[in-house]
Amino acid sequence: MHALLSCLIWIPIAAGVLILLLGERNIVIGRWLALAASLVTLALTVPLWAHFDTTTAAMQFIEQLPWIPRFRAYYALGVDGISLPLIVLTAFMTVPVVIAGWTVIEKRPAQYYAAFLIMEGLMIGVFAATDALLFYFFWEAMLIPMFLIIGIWGGPRRVYATIKFFLYTFLGSVFMLAALIYMYVKAGDYAIASFQAMPLSLIEQRWIFVAFLLAFAVKVPMWPVHTWLPDAHVEAPTGGSVILAAIMLKMGGYGFLRFSLPVAPDASRELDLLVITLSLIAVIYIGYVALVQLDMKKLIAYSSISHMGFVTLGAFVMYEIVRNTGSLQGAGMGVDGAMVQMVSHGLISGALFLCVGVLYDRLHSRQIADYGGVVNTMPVFAAFMVLFALANTGLPGTSGFVGEFLVIIASFRASFWYSALAAVTLILSSGYTLWLVKRVVFGPVTSPRVAALQDLNGREYLVLGALAVAVLLVGVWPAPLLKVMQPTVHHLVSQAVATKL
Amino acid sequence: MDQTLISVASLAPAVAEIWLVFAICVLLLVEVFAGTKRPGLTGTLTLLALVIGAALTVRYGQVPHRVLLFDRTYVADELGVVLKLAGFLFVAVALLYSRDYLENRNIQRGEYYVLALTALLGVFVLVSANSLVTVYLGVELLALSVYAMVAFDRDSGVSAESAMKYFVLGAIASGMLLYGMSLIYGLTGTLDLGEIAARLHAPLTPGVVLGLTFIVVAVAFKLGAVPFHMWLPDVYEGAPTSVTLFISTVPKIAYFALALRLLAQGLAGTESEWTQMLAALVVLTLIVGNVVAIVQTNLKRMLAYSAIANVGFILLGFVAGTADGYSAALYYTLQYVLVTLGSFGVILLAGAKGFEADRLDDYKGLQQRDPLLAVTMMVAMFSLAGVPPFIGFWAKLRIIQALWETNHLWLVVLAVTMSVVGAYYYLRVVKLMYFDDPTTTAPAAAREPGVRFALGLNAAAALALGLLPGPLLDLCARLIH
Repeated sequence: MHALLSCLIWIPIAAGVLILLLGERNIVIGRWLALAASLVTLALTVPLWAHFDTTTAAMQFIEQLPWIPRFRAYYALGVDGISLPLIVLTAFMTVPVVIAGWTVIEKRPAQYYAAFLIMEGLMIGVFAATDALLFYFFWEAMLIPMFLIIGIWGGPRRVYATIKFFLYTFLGSVFMLAALIYMYVKAGDYAIASFQAMPLSLIEQRWIFVAFLLAFAVKVPMWPVHTWLPDAHVEAPTGGSVILAAIMLKMGGYGFLRFSLPVAPDASRELDLLVITLSLIAVIYIGYVALVQLDMKKLIAYSSISHMGFVTLGAFVMYEIVRNTGSLQGAGMGVDGAMVQMVSHGLISGALFLCVGVLYDRLHSRQIADYGGVVNTMPVFAAFMVLFALANTGLPGTSGFVGEFLVIIASFRASFWYSALAAVTLILSSGYTLWLVKRVVFGPVTSPRVAALQDLNGREYLVLGALAVAVLLVGVWPAPLLKVMQPTVHHLVSQAVATKL
Repeated sequence: MDQTLISVASLAPAVAEIWLVFAICVLLLVEVFAGTKRPGLTGTLTLLALVIGAALTVRYGQVPHRVLLFDRTYVADELGVVLKLAGFLFVAVALLYSRDYLENRNIQRGEYYVLALTALLGVFVLVSANSLVTVYLGVELLALSVYAMVAFDRDSGVSAESAMKYFVLGAIASGMLLYGMSLIYGLTGTLDLGEIAARLHAPLTPGVVLGLTFIVVAVAFKLGAVPFHMWLPDVYEGAPTSVTLFISTVPKIAYFALALRLLAQGLAGTESEWTQMLAALVVLTLIVGNVVAIVQTNLKRMLAYSAIANVGFILLGFVAGTADGYSAALYYTLQYVLVTLGSFGVILLAGAKGFEADRLDDYKGLQQRDPLLAVTMMVAMFSLAGVPPFIGFWAKLRIIQALWETNHLWLVVLAVTMSVVGAYYYLRVVKLMYFDDPTTTAPAAAREPGVRFALGLNAAAALALGLLPGPLLDLCARLIH
């Protein structure tokens, strides 16, 4: 039982290495091995969820081995209410990625599967690490497989996109590294808990906050450091887009909750308006940008940026709520909303990218103008696409509603204007998403190529069906998710509003 | 009788040097009598000599504590033993990678191996120096051997040109070093580094600062720090690749030792002065090395600028001026040599008879032609960029840690920013190998499986030491204290 988290990290990585060693010639075995490994990893999250104690905010499933005694750095893993849902999401989303690439990837498929499985292990490692050095180790190592995924299997401008992606995220991360080492020199070890507990002067906190902001804002991504994302999404293969949108963007949000708020609470209180402003700009301005896109993937990419704005908004409105009402419960609602929004956006954006992938595999175009009237030839697909599109607009009954609703309510307590501005997105996202659906799915068949389209095959049906169930489940019955998070969120809020000075 | 016995036993700490001298003499004779008949023989014997040397050092060269020999001109300590073992290992690997290359270019001659060994002897003398004279002896022995190696391909005009450039500029640097030493000697009245350390302390006279300046310049020249770096790209590009491999690896250890023995130990009392001088050099080195590397089209030349940038990081450890900083610099040097062996090893193996794989474009689609070479090069590039899980990450981490401990905020910011700039040109190599299609379908020439295995091991070491960096970090810390 005690090595559960290690298994979650290392089983996919080991399987990935094995597939690499088997090589392209044994790809039939490699493919099944990839599916088996991703399913085993997903299965292992069941006991993780089942045995998770929802009454405490403490880390659970703790593993601790000495790693680098000289730095007092440990191979230390654990989960709490913030990391658990994201780990489950990671394991859940890797399965459709493996299945979606089954016959589509013709170029070096063994390396393709290996890259995704290694990514999966590293991403779970990021969420599970309780030692800052280990966290950073996974955080950076993850860039290598993603760099290769976009660069090898991407579209025509893949090289530009992948180098931009790498350098952007690397630039943000190295400043975080500098901040982590600074805190290590002061604290004497790398445990995240001791970073959260150590006293820091306001000046130190400001510097640290800015360093973290650089790292996490790039990952989320927040306006104005978002420009790598549309490029990376457009050029990445379908699986790459799914993982990028569903998991990698969440690392930014996770970083804010795990590091920025508890480690630099006073600086967060002081600079909360900065983050809120940037979030609202992302929500509204990027929403408008999404409206004018001609490329389906680009549209969904901008929609991601806009929706991720809710995550940072939900996390940082807490200071003003506490200032206005003094209610920690109310502050917690914003964080709850941010967390649900992350999970929900992971499912929805992943599903939408898979939908685009389904179309792309048939017509090899992502241009909205090349489609029209898809519902006539692909009715089942159209049903799924409409469901995910409605979820993206935040329709009640889907997961998209829960997170956005919580954040808007919470920000109303902070300021009427925050919630009013945030609510604009409900209109905007309906606008760009439904318009996309109207142009692509509905209407008369516009071209002979669309007329020749085949509806979903069994594999695609399975993938989209599973995601649809998840989206509806979280939308109708979010209680288990909220219950898992509750003690941790409560603890986080009390950490974030306490002063360290 | 008794006395001879004691003195022979007391020579044991210098067994590495003694063995090397012996081996050099024997190999020269072997070459004279059997060289033309069996061209590969000297090479094989050289590898054997290196293995035996390492074994002898382990068996007899160990010292329980610091020992001074030969009238206090020679110091034997654990640092020396480890650096010598590293020297044996790295030279052996470098020569192993070079064999095919030398044969293809008809420069597989015994003198090449003998020169490599004399260079190694110079490294050893430098590593164990405890007197200004010994330092100088080591520097010159190493430098003269390397000049000859750069010019080894005597039919190549480029090689001759770069050797000439190297020699002239190197001679100037040696002159600087000697002049600085003479000033220090004149003002302290001793050549013994320990004595100098004891006699030099604040307030410093202008003469000492002047002498120190010359020494710092000479060290900066030897390491290739900006603005004393001009020779380095030309020599890296012009020299036969096997020689480039050689000079980019083992001498780095020697010049690390030079900086450590001279500046950190001998001139410890003037630390506040030379850390300032080095800080200025480091800022220039990091910026110039990284930025200029971006526009290179020749891989050897790009790696030369990368070497300059990495020297900047090594010197950052010295700028910190603490034991932690020196051990960070030591760790950085060792990992740099390990990784560089891999990257130049790939350049050597990717070439063929009459084809030098030194342009960046030669690496297009290498992944499809030879996955092992591509993967080794990729590991080297990510490691040099400082991305985990490879060893280069820890080296950068260690340096930044040492800088934070001494509160060098702006140097930290510069170092991390420049490592992002550096990432760009390393990624470009990965891009060529993995994302582009090959321009030629010819598979890279088949090689001895042993050499390929060694190259794979080299890459695996960079990964394994990155996953579990603890032991090597501990070793480096212990050696400095």
